Amino acid sequence: MAHTEWKDAPGLPDFSLLKRLARDQLIFLLEQLPGKKDLFIDADLMSPLDRIANVTILKFCLYTSSLKYTYFLFFFCRLCFLIRPRIQTVKWISDLVNADKVAGRFRRYKIIFTPQKFYACETVLEEQGVYGDVTTDEWNFYILPLDDDILSLELPEFFRDNFLEGDQRWVTTAGSALRLLQSVYGSFSKVYGIGRCAKMVYESWRELMEDGEQRTRQPEFAKVFLVDRDVDFVTPLCSQVVYEGLVDDLFRIKCGSVEFGPDVTSSDKSIKVMLNSQDKVFSEIRNEHFSNVFGFLSQKAKNLQTAYDKRRGMDIQQMKAFVADELKGLKQEHRLLSLHIGASESMMKKKTKQDFQELLKTEHSLLEGFEIRECITYIEEHINRQVSMIDSLRLLCLLSITENGLLSKDYRSLKAQYLQSYGIEHLLTFANLRQLGLLEEQQAGETLTVMESKVGKLVNDKTVGKLTDAFSSLAKKSNFRALSKRLALVPKSGEEYDLRVPRDMAYVFSGAYIPLSCKLIEQVLERDGWTGMEEVTRMLNGQEFAVTGGSSSSEARSKTDAQRIVLVMFLGGCTFSEISALRFLGKERGCRFIVVTTAITNSSRLLEALLDNSA
Amino acid sequence: MTRAKPEDDEYWNSSKFKAFTFDDEDDEFSQLKESKRAVNSILVDEDEDDVERVSWSGEPVGSISWSVKETASSIRSGSEQSFPKIDTTPSLSKQGSGYSLSSLFKAKSKPGAFQSFSESFSDTSFRTYAPELRKPKSDGKDFVSDLSPEETVRRMQKGRPFSLEKFRSLQDKLLLLDEAVAVYDGNVITAVLIFLKKSLSKEILFRELMARDVALRHYVHYLKEMGEQKLLVELLKALGRTEDMALMHYKEHLNIKDEGRRRDFLKSCLSLPFSQDDATHVQDHYTLLERQIIIEASDKKADAEIFKKFPRKASILNMPIITTLYYSCFYHYGESEGTFSSPSNIRKTFRISEKQYILTALGARAKLKSWFDVDSLFNTKNWLGYTKKKSPIGFHRVVDILHKNSAPVQVLQEYVNLIDDPDLKLSGALKYKCHDVVINTYRDLKDRQQLIVYREKLERDSPEYRKIQELLNNVQIRWKN
Repeated sequence: MAHTEWKDAPGLPDFSLLKRLARDQLIFLLEQLPGKKDLFIDADLMSPLDRIANVTILKFCLYTSSLKYTYFLFFFCRLCFLIRPRIQTVKWISDLVNADKVAGRFRRYKIIFTPQKFYACETVLEEQGVYGDVTTDEWNFYILPLDDDILSLELPEFFRDNFLEGDQRWVTTAGSALRLLQSVYGSFSKVYGIGRCAKMVYESWRELMEDGEQRTRQPEFAKVFLVDRDVDFVTPLCSQVVYEGLVDDLFRIKCGSVEFGPDVTSSDKSIKVMLNSQDKVFSEIRNEHFSNVFGFLSQKAKNLQTAYDKRRGMDIQQMKAFVADELKGLKQEHRLLSLHIGASESMMKKKTKQDFQELLKTEHSLLEGFEIRECITYIEEHINRQVSMIDSLRLLCLLSITENGLLSKDYRSLKAQYLQSYGIEHLLTFANLRQLGLLEEQQAGETLTVMESKVGKLVNDKTVGKLTDAFSSLAKKSNFRALSKRLALVPKSGEEYDLRVPRDMAYVFSGAYIPLSCKLIEQVLERDGWTGMEEVTRMLNGQEFAVTGGSSSSEARSKTDAQRIVLVMFLGGCTFSEISALRFLGKERGCRFIVVTTAITNSSRLLEALLDNSA
Repeated sequence: MTRAKPEDDEYWNSSKFKAFTFDDEDDEFSQLKESKRAVNSILVDEDEDDVERVSWSGEPVGSISWSVKETASSIRSGSEQSFPKIDTTPSLSKQGSGYSLSSLFKAKSKPGAFQSFSESFSDTSFRTYAPELRKPKSDGKDFVSDLSPEETVRRMQKGRPFSLEKFRSLQDKLLLLDEAVAVYDGNVITAVLIFLKKSLSKEILFRELMARDVALRHYVHYLKEMGEQKLLVELLKALGRTEDMALMHYKEHLNIKDEGRRRDFLKSCLSLPFSQDDATHVQDHYTLLERQIIIEASDKKADAEIFKKFPRKASILNMPIITTLYYSCFYHYGESEGTFSSPSNIRKTFRISEKQYILTALGARAKLKSWFDVDSLFNTKNWLGYTKKKSPIGFHRVVDILHKNSAPVQVLQEYVNLIDDPDLKLSGALKYKCHDVVINTYRDLKDRQQLIVYREKLERDSPEYRKIQELLNNVQIRWKN
């Protein structure tokens, strides 16, 4: 049952090299600053930094602190700030420098931006009159390997910046990340993609490669697939039910590690645990549907007991060998096992408390387009009872996307009730969701207006009219129902789905839905392009592409393992459920997927990025 | 830099003196040349600095695998073949406004158009208006201010020195902007916009941005991040996006901490051009905060029994409407509709549905364990004067809420009995251990087996146990099993 390594799985490239490169560059940058210094690190960078350079960094500075907007005590006259290029942070640093100037303190300041600097940030320094007092540098830390097959850019803001605000500042960053991968691990034979941003990232990557020198290296990836998050919003909005996804939904995995509270550890302490393939227990259950996990863990516990029991009846020599060879492994496994059992228990408790079954039932009905009225009533009650603000919003968005927008009457009434329950300032949140096309009101006689608006554009050529069109064109129709039919995303209801023996990727959502993003990837890889999928891409707003690699050696390499490695880049974040689905697909098709994502996301992170209810 | 005198202007501009430029000994000229060289050398130095910085591996930093390799554009053409382009196929539909994506993709493939324009430009206007920037032809190509929009944008992308000073005509500025948009680099787009913001009047800039959607969105985002609220509101107004403008303005209230000032600000928002729906919501927001301030002021010093028994945990200010209603059902239940703090007043003012009201009041009264109030929430009298219990929400929900507020079995039992759906009723009864309901249901179903099973779960000789015993001994019942 557990996903164990299959026999002829292609080996994965060694991504720890990326960590080393990043670490070395950081050390180099810090070494350039002479003397002892106070180093301030953006709070968002703490965890990624921890993954690559925990101890080494501290050699260069006596005092490290996470950057918070509070009052500091400084020890040295050299201050170094390691930050994301954000205007707010730079403004704050400028204020600090100016305050020093007023007080007549003389210090040296250095800002290291990662992964790159932005002109807008430098302009702030200039405008605040501290340009020159503050010197800047870049630490090109593009990719953090989270696991053997997960690479993250650790840029959660990519999603809002790109899709909501329409700011393309991270396009080049994503292009640079791909360039880095290509120059370290070699070329590819084919690139596919879908989405506006995907296209831009590809172009940016291509430009960068043309500028740099070409390396002729044995390729380590066969294919690359780029996909925009807004191609598929349904998947990240669904409740996750595979183990890793569920852990993320409930405990929030941060940079590949999670903090289990006292309720899990059954002690009074919280424990931070790394969750990756190194954890033997976790790696066996991470991709499993939650309903299988308990059974697996109890079996595992029994095995462990048997292993411990071997001690009995051992003579002294055997005992010695046992202690030397096995005991440590067993103890380790014991510890992990009890942690995951604790986590499972705690998850069960949390989920039964909030009527998880009913919630899932509603989600599945929405995906299926079945008993929509009942779903609306459920959502309404959810809102009325002021249960989780994010969950209510999530259900509303799912309803809107699957139904191509809400009926005017429903939209108004649900919005009004939402504002009553969770605060009127969520008006702003609703405006955001509407702009993104996540939560919309159906326009009267919608089916007719598609043609009309096209004609209208030609007739009414006022700039203002054009402009509102341009803005609303970003909020596109989801066409989910039609897509789901065409790609067979929702298996026929009534059929038994054995979650122990998954037959397709739908198992990651209890057999109720195959993630659209993953289905697209499967189809394109199967067809080796988009041919035959015209209808689908039209419904996804076009923007698909497929290009064949130019390097001539494509035949020569067809025999190698690399041919079976596919790099999938999610622009705007990807969920653990999608990763599990791709792992499953890889196993079915005898290939391996490497996921590159701008950040790991889930429904809460996705929606929280769009909230506008606080200053 | 030395200032050129009028006669120098003439000198530079007339072709008559051309023959002498090369070896001219003129003081001012050599001075100019000197300073020119100085300027150049600064730039060049920086450049070389970049290249010479050596990384840990001994390679120049500029060439380590991930940082942008600084190479001449000549290499580009050579390797063009090796990295394939996306086919710009007609699958991309051209959109209404200025730059659709497809045209962006096309623009890239034929840079010639930009090039030729800028060249013709630098031959004429540039030299006439900025003579002091001219320098000996030999190193002219290197000087950053001599670059075409395309080259300038490339330099900006790579973080190399550049100068935007020479982009002075509106046309040049816009070419620069369009070029930045064409390479999809948001960082550069914003940089150019900052330059335009400083060098164009806002009316002109707004006008030009109207037809440039991508640039406009960058500009809006930049202003948001810089907190330039005022300019942003002006921009949105100029674009005719009045609703967005209203929302943007409304958002400001989040930054106001003092509740009195916040209330006044919300009042000032009432006249903004919101959509019809949103206008109602904003009106509600104002009314709500106004009420909350009044309630908070009087409750802070209230000494009624209820406040002593259940001290308030937090202030009611800025809470959602439903929370306010709950609060009012908790502390001000039964007040007459005339008072602001009464549940009925709040219910009426904010047009709260019956369902929502019942849910909230139920929660509050159950929390206080006033079962009498709970009862009266559902009591309705029919025309004969009989009281009957009715509820806009399913009674299984009611039971659920009562249970969560640890209602005693007697209360639960009454409501479990009211559940219409027999299955829900039975499962509810089992879940909340309402023995009587369970036993009666099984009796009605004539399910002897289930009764026997259930008996085993009960304590021997408890009243329920005996009741089952009696039933099982009753020979009049025709059991189905």
